Amino acid sequence: MIFTIARNELRRMFLSPLAWTILAVVLLILAFMFLSNLQYFVLIQSRLLSMGSDQGLTAVVVAPLLGNAAVVLLLVVPLVSMRLVADERRNKTLSLLFSAPVSMTEIVLGKYLSLVGFLWLILALVALMPLSLLAGGTLDFGMFGAGLLGLALLLAGFAAVGLFMSTLTQHQTVAAVSTFGVLLLFWILDWAGQGSGASGILGYMSILNHYEPFLQGIFDTSDATYLVLFILTFLMLSIRRLDMDRLGG
Amino acid sequence: MSDEVLVEVEDLSRSYGAILAVKHINFSIRRGQVLGFLGPNGAGKTTTMQILSGNLAPSTGRVRIAGHDLLEDPRGAKQAIGYLPEQPPVYRELTVDEYLDYCAGLNRIAHSQRRAAREVAKKKCGLSDVGRRLIGNLSKGYQQRVGLAQAIIHLPPVIILDEPTVGLDPIQIREIRHLVRELGKEHGVILSTHILPEVQATCDQVQIINKGELVLNDSIEGLSRHMQSSALSVGLRNTPDLDLIQGIGGVKSVQDQGDGRLHVFYDPAIDPTEALVELAVQKRWGLYELQPQRASLEDIFVHITTEEHESLTGAVA
Repeated sequence: MIFTIARNELRRMFLSPLAWTILAVVLLILAFMFLSNLQYFVLIQSRLLSMGSDQGLTAVVVAPLLGNAAVVLLLVVPLVSMRLVADERRNKTLSLLFSAPVSMTEIVLGKYLSLVGFLWLILALVALMPLSLLAGGTLDFGMFGAGLLGLALLLAGFAAVGLFMSTLTQHQTVAAVSTFGVLLLFWILDWAGQGSGASGILGYMSILNHYEPFLQGIFDTSDATYLVLFILTFLMLSIRRLDMDRLGG
Repeated sequence: MSDEVLVEVEDLSRSYGAILAVKHINFSIRRGQVLGFLGPNGAGKTTTMQILSGNLAPSTGRVRIAGHDLLEDPRGAKQAIGYLPEQPPVYRELTVDEYLDYCAGLNRIAHSQRRAAREVAKKKCGLSDVGRRLIGNLSKGYQQRVGLAQAIIHLPPVIILDEPTVGLDPIQIREIRHLVRELGKEHGVILSTHILPEVQATCDQVQIINKGELVLNDSIEGLSRHMQSSALSVGLRNTPDLDLIQGIGGVKSVQDQGDGRLHVFYDPAIDPTEALVELAVQKRWGLYELQPQRASLEDIFVHITTEEHESLTGAVA
């Protein structure tokens, strides 16, 4: 049932020009970043070798690419997630789901899965760029894999926030703006009290601090757990919020 | 009509903040029954229907649909209903076929049977020719039919229709009414409307709701008794002698409306129409129009809401 809903959401997403435009723009920008990183690597390759540095292709080209992808997608996720529930509420199509024999959890998970599916499709396409380097070099697959896993979890977290914000309102733009706000806030949370030692808890809450280790090739279960809990929290909130639609006035 | 009770509503209330939109209503629907839900705007029709379809939780009370409690076993209950809200819940960017396939999936129809279910629903709703068209490009009437097809695709025992004929042209209205009557043979149908002829054309049981309270629950015959004409509109070319008309047996009062038009009120037990016509011919009044005054929904409404309390409680129970 979850998959029925997710498939329908994805189909409707790709029937609108928005999904295609986003795919095109994101890939264009990331490809440009990838190429300029690559050019930089070619430029400093000999110097890295002479310095005896162990920094290779993956660290210089792939890690920054995934880091940039996270920022670009932070800007893009609100645009994709905003319509999930807000649009249906506005067009009064939500009652189709509410009067069908499906639970609130299934509705939320179905919609969430469609969004994660779309974001992971972008991720897969982005991953193809570093893989193309295999034609003339080698990659550190451990580091590359950790980075992809980190980005996959991060995007799933973005999606959960976006879905929740979309359940709060019937205006797509309101959902988009608030999603962007929340995501950015979680991103920059560790700026507060930087260097004063008081950044402990805020620093821990910051999503960026849990993403960066992945890019350095470090898979820490506490970082992964943080992201999973982050996702679960916003999914639970979404289910609660949709239930309120029935209960509240 | 079988005796199988499909919908049982007990002591149902719903409040929006301080406003009590639906107040302690009770009713039931059996298989093979079309229940008309009448009421002016804002009376609580839509709220009641949203509760029955699981879109709103009731503040108090119990709803059982085909033996499943809507709150304790929502999946079983929702499986047994098809709901068409006021605005058909269609995705404009899908084709009719895509949309109906999705609805079939949502209602847990097995993959192998979806196609057949879709074709049957399309045929019933007159959509066979538009299967491949985008819903957004269809006219309002066709979108309404798509909404209806969505509600019946899983052949639910109970079908809930919220003002299904609003915004349709007269031919489409007739078709939808015909369809509702057809559906009423095998399913239990609840139909909300504020158009009286619609109820007369399609329903066998009528409920009138006003300010959240059920003020009448009666069969269609009972309603026509309420509607029984007790006034005549008479058009005469020559000025008649009002006292003579007043003298006819059964006539209670005569009102002169000007331009030779009269309103004659009479006792429903004694119909003075024939006597009046004979008198008019005899006296050469030049009778050119004679019309029984049909009570409108508003008249019935006023009539019912001002009736003595005893008969009301009798009707609701």
